[in-house]
This record gives sequence, structure tokens and C-alpha cells, in this order.
Amino acid sequence: MSDASLEAFRAEARAWLDENCPQSMRTPFGSEDEIVWGGRNGKFFSADAKLWLARMAERGWTAPIWPKQYGGGGLSNSENAVLQSELKRINARPALYSFGLWMLGPVLLEYANEEQKKEHLPKIARGEIRWCQGYSEPGAGSDLAGLQTKCEDKGDHWLINGQKVWTSYANYADWCFCLVRTDTSVKHEGISFVLIDMTTKGVETRPIKLISGASPFCETFFTDVKIPKENMVGRLNGGWEIAKRLLQYERTNISGFGSGARVDVVDIARDTIGLGDDGRLADGDLRARIAQHKMAERAYALTTQRAQEEAKAGQNVSHMASMFKVAGARLNIERCELMVEAAGSRAFGWSGDGFDRDELAVTRGWLRSKGNSIEGGTTEVNLNVVAKRVLGLRDTQ
Amino acid sequence: MTFTLNEEQTLLRDAARDFCREQAPVARLRKLRDDKKNGVDPELWREMATMGWAGILVPDEYGGAGLGYVGLGLVLEAAGRTLAASPLHSTAMVGASALLLGGSDAQKAEWLPKIASGECVVAFAVDEGAHHAPKRSLLKIAGGKISGSKKYVADGHIADLFIVAGPKDLYLVRANASGVSRQALITVDSRGAADMTFDDAPAEALAGGAELVERVLDRAAAGLAAEMLGQAQEAFEITGEYLKTRKQFGQVIGGFQALQHRAAKMFTEIELTRSCVLAALDALDRGAGDVAALASLAKARAGDTLHLVSNEFVQMHGGIGMTDEHDAGLYLKRARVAEALYGSASYHRDRYARLLGF
Ligand SMILES: Cc1cc2nc3c(=O)[nH]c(=O)nc-3n(C[C@H](O)[C@H](O)[C@H](O)COP(=O)(O)OP(=O)(O)OC[C@H]3O[C@@H](n4cnc5c(N)ncnc54)[C@H](O)[C@@H]3O)c2cc1C
Repeated sequence: MSDASLEAFRAEARAWLDENCPQSMRTPFGSEDEIVWGGRNGKFFSADAKLWLARMAERGWTAPIWPKQYGGGGLSNSENAVLQSELKRINARPALYSFGLWMLGPVLLEYANEEQKKEHLPKIARGEIRWCQGYSEPGAGSDLAGLQTKCEDKGDHWLINGQKVWTSYANYADWCFCLVRTDTSVKHEGISFVLIDMTTKGVETRPIKLISGASPFCETFFTDVKIPKENMVGRLNGGWEIAKRLLQYERTNISGFGSGARVDVVDIARDTIGLGDDGRLADGDLRARIAQHKMAERAYALTTQRAQEEAKAGQNVSHMASMFKVAGARLNIERCELMVEAAGSRAFGWSGDGFDRDELAVTRGWLRSKGNSIEGGTTEVNLNVVAKRVLGLRDTQ
Repeated sequence: MTFTLNEEQTLLRDAARDFCREQAPVARLRKLRDDKKNGVDPELWREMATMGWAGILVPDEYGGAGLGYVGLGLVLEAAGRTLAASPLHSTAMVGASALLLGGSDAQKAEWLPKIASGECVVAFAVDEGAHHAPKRSLLKIAGGKISGSKKYVADGHIADLFIVAGPKDLYLVRANASGVSRQALITVDSRGAADMTFDDAPAEALAGGAELVERVLDRAAAGLAAEMLGQAQEAFEITGEYLKTRKQFGQVIGGFQALQHRAAKMFTEIELTRSCVLAALDALDRGAGDVAALASLAKARAGDTLHLVSNEFVQMHGGIGMTDEHDAGLYLKRARVAEALYGSASYHRDRYARLLGF
């Protein structure tokens, strides 16, 4: 695409956003409650949030690069980059958070048949259906391919029995994309990828509380759950390839966590520690570690930008998802630790009026961040992926 | 900001890679050392100048190629890969940019063509103690003459012209001027350097004051970071090959997870560093506002990354990595010198914090 037509697109996007993005949507989220996840029972924090989603969905810009016939915006990668920079320019909140947008949609586009795409993608793009991810099981975490949830062919339907765990937001989700075992005689080649309506008889969820006090994930039980034959994506026993591709999208997404923190660690430290005679942060050791962290953040941001440019230039960068996942998780965890350290006892509140909203968010955010190096594949497992897939290190050569 | 190379840059990169592999492999540095010609290889510098690299930054009108900082960075990276011993950094990067930024028309006309042709080797004399501390210069200036001393001036042992940093200005000093004396140093990295004494030596000030000092230091840092990136990349690739071939306990050692994770960490650090180096050089080409922060970012990250990779180079090779016969030691030695020159990682972290206001 020529620079001129990209600039024309920028002008068009800017004008549209000026007109359509409500003022109250041009600030960072005040708290997690303000995030819009959509779904049949989805809640909107405000009328503006609802309007913002409706307008973005109408324009196809909740899923900018998906084809228009599936509810997307039909944009090229370069156009999308322009759109994202325009959204960022006005500080716009994402209109919709969604596992469907981040993880399921991209693999449906690649692996699903036409009926499945037509059925599911537009509902994801409009935020009508909220999805959860049924991968992990009590006995299958890092060794995901060891999963046992059974899926039997009963002629006119599939019959599912088993248990998933750590299913984020299963209690709010309308549908679940799920890995099931369709052949017990082999490991990776006996896995299939199915879609399950959570209102189906025999599906049950039980929330689990996290160390942060929130409970965004669940145990999910399937007892004699019948699903239609057309709910399998890809071929029978061909689910592992789809599962891995989806993980790449998930990892890329997780690695972007935390870049929108409301308070900056330097501001916290200035308030709590104060400045020395030279006008700089009084604690020289903490200052150095904050600087190191800030530089790591910058290096990471520059590298993400470089990867995007390389992807645009046609280089294959998909294998880099694991590297970004490890590095992004480490950064977010480190940032949260530095914030707690800088805040001192202001970070040791749990609830009540003795601590303000930002202080409590530091504490809760710090606890939640510990999951970043676990969810979507642990840091150790992703390092294995980098070593084996990217560097070609294997135990026999 | 752009991270993708244009066609001209891609050609330059490939030519530099081929040249360094064929004409300036690590074996050449080793021979230089063994022949006791510590950092003295005029022949290699002539060949590099013939390739047009001495004048990469120098505009056409002064006989250079005018290919910019990203272009020069690519050549420095290639030279870093094979530890090529040449005054490329001090002359083509520091010398040329100091004159371009602060030289009068007459100074440019006198020196830039000589730099571009390879006739004139330049060295950058900054530090006066064992650590990088440009603000603490005790250099005295009176009546167009300077007095003072400079320590460990890279390429100072072969320079024809010195860019000397004072507390508030940069000066041009000819190596053959009265009052200039040097003691050549035999250095651990076999690249050579000199301790300098200036005793009422005639000096011409460059225009630009303290700001010019900073701007030239930024270029020195970003350029050296490019060379260091090349060293780290090469050291990492050699180590990766070894992990895939060396067998113990009946398998290749690259199959051991303890080593795999460390290899993955090195890979990540190098990728992150590459983005920082490119961003700094690109900002220089564009005249972007945050050059200083990006230069410090690049130098600090290159320092940390090279430190890690040069140590792992030895460790993952086991006993053979400790032998003089193996190249690992040569990389390790150059690494520590490059890490310290123009500011260590901690120096640049502190500077970065200051630039960000804390
Ligand atoms: C906040 C959060 C949200 C999540 N959301 C979902 C979700 O929505 N859907 C879903 O399906 N799952 C979800 N998960 C589950 C997550 O994917 C698993 O927790 C993760 O894959 C690790 O599995 P595990 O908990 O069984 O740990 P284990 O696999 O038992 O790991 C225990 C430890 O052993 C290490 N280890 C294991 N194997 C190796 C190896 N080969 N080499 C080196 N070290 C190893 C691990 O790195 C870890 O440190 C979520 C997890 C968290 C924390």
C-alpha cells in the first residue's frame, strides 16, 4: 500500500474516531470492572462503553484485520497499524476484551469450515458471545498433550466426559473451545478441537479463588455432555496443530500485558522516597534498578515494533511468540515487584479506606502478575520451545 | 522509526560480512597478536578504506559515501563478528561525526577527504582516569594550547589526529604537533591503545561546546554498541553449533535443559539488543530528538548482553573454552574492553535515569 493511501486512511480513521469515540472512553480503565468482555450476560460499566462497542463493531474495527464477511474490518496489516496508532493517540480504551478475538478467531479463520466461520466469527466480533479456553486439566498442565477429557463418537453426536481446570472466566463464558481426547492409543495424534455451548446439559463450573483475591478462573466439569457433530474444528484427531497455533496467539497476547499501568513506578518512588539534594531519587540503588527496568521495557517495545515490521516485510516471525511471552511476563512481574518495593507500606493494604484505589491496585496487580509466567504455558515450557523450535537444540542430533 | 533495511543497506551488510569473513577473520587478529603487532594492521585499514567504509558518514562532496549511521553500524557489526582490528569505529564513526557536527568549513575541507580515503586515522581522547567520566576532565586550555593527560585512548597508538574532549569543548590535535606524546599500550584485546600527554599542544576548538561533546559521545556509544552486537551474535552462533555437536552422556549437550534455557535467554537478550542498536542508529540518521536516551539504551544493553554471552561462550565450551587455541578467549577479552569504553552499562543506566528525570 502506498504511503499516500495510508495517510488518506489515517485521516479517515482520525475523523471517524473523533466523531465516534465517546470522551469518557478516552482514558485508561479505572479498574478491572470497567473492562467490557461482552457475551450474552455481558455487563457494561457505562452507557458510553456500550455505545463505543456498538460503533466499533458496526465498523468492523473490533477485529480490524478479519475479512468483512465475518464481521471484521477487512484492513491490511499496515492499515491496522495506522488504526492502532490513532486509537493510542486519543488514549482510547479497547472496546472489547475477548478470548474470541485474541485466540479463537484467528484459528477459526485458518482451520474452520465456511459454516463454522459464518456462525461464530461475527458473534465474536460484535461481542455477543464470550468464549473460554478448555485446555488445562488436573493431570495435564505443561504436558498439555497428556489431556484425558474423553470425546466419543456416538453416531449423530459427540459425547464428552472429563474435567478441565484453570478455565479463566468459565463461569461467565457462553461457549468453550476445548481440547478433547478422541484416540487413547496415541498422544498428540489423538487430540481434537471442539466447540462447546456452556449451557449444554452436563456442563458445570466452579470458581477458584486466586492469591489476589479475585477469582477469574474455574474448574469445569463435563458429564455426559452431548454436542453436535459440526462442532469439531479441523479433522478428527487433528486438534494438536490447531491447539499449538492458538497458543501462539495467546502467548503474543499475554506478552502485551501490563503496558497500560495507571501509575508509574517513578512517580510512586518520588512520593514515598523523595528526592536527594541533586534532585534525583534519593535511593540510588532503587533508582538504578528502576532505570534498568525502564530500559528493558523500551528494548521490549522496540523489539515488538521490529517484529511487526519484519512480519509486514514478509518474514516469518510466528516462532517468536514464545520469546515474547517469556520476556513480556518477566517485565510485567518485575514492574509489579518494583512498584510494591517503591510503595513501601502503602502497598501492604488489602481493602478498606486506609488505602486509595491506586495503592490497592498495586497490591492486587502484583499478586495477579505472578500468573504471567504460568498462564499460556510456563516460562520454563516456553524456554523449551525457543530452544527446540527456534535454536534447533534437541536431545539427539 | 524503521527497522527494515533498504536495498543499499542490505548490499552493504552482505559485502561487509563477506569481506570480514575472508579478509579479516579472527585468525588475522590472532596473528597480529602473535607477531607482537598489537593493534597495528595498516594493510587491513587500507583495504577497508578501499571498500569505502572509512568515509561511510562523509558526504559525497568530501569524497565519502554518505550512507549514514545505520549503514556504518552494519559494517561495525560485521567487523565485530570477526574481531577485525581496525580504527573503523574511532575514525569513521567518531572522527567523521565530530568534524561533521562541529567542524568549520576549513576544518571539514582539510580532514574529511583524508578520513574518507583512509589516509588519516583519528582517535577520540576522552577519559583521564580508569573509568569513563567525561564531565570530570582536568584538561587546561590557554591561548589555543592544551595541557593534560588522557588514558587508554582507543587507536591512540596509530592515530594521526586526535579529537580531545575538554570540560566544555572538543579540540582537534595533530599527533605530530609539539607537546603531544604517547605511550603505546599492549592491551588484553590485542587492539592497542595509548596513554596520551598534552603539554601546551596546539589545539583547534570545534564548534558546539559541551553539547557537541555529548553528541559525539552518543555516536561513539551507539557505534560501539553495533560492534558489540556483532561480537555477541557471533559468539552465540559458535556456541549454538557446539551445543549441537559436542556429545556427553551419549547425547549432544544441547539436549540438556539447563543449557537450553540459558541459550534461549541469550537469544532473547541478543534480539532485544539488536532492536535497541538499530533504533539508536536510525535516530541518528533521522536527527530524532531522543538520540541520547537511545544511545545509552543501546550501549547499556549491548554491554549486559555481551557480558553474558562472552561468559557463556567459555563456560559452555568447557575446558576447550579456556584454551588459548580456541577463539572464545579472544571474544571474552574484547568484550570487557568494549563494555567499558565510552561508559559501562551502569554508567549508561544512570545517564538514562537522569535523561528521564529521576
Ligand atoms: C491466571 C491463570 C489463568 C489460566 N487460564 C487458563 C485458561 O483459561 N484455560 C486453560 O486451559 N488453562 C489456563 N491456565 C492454566 C495454565 O495454562 C497452566 O497452569 C500451565 O500450563 C501450567 O500447568 P500446571 O499448572 O499444571 O503446572 P505444571 O505443569 O505442573 O508445572 C509445575 C512446574 O513444573 C515446571 N515444569 C513442567 N514441565 C517442565 C519441563 N518439561 N521442563 C521444565 N520445567 C517444567 C513448570 O514450569 C512449573 O514451574 C491458567 C493459569 C493461570 C495461572
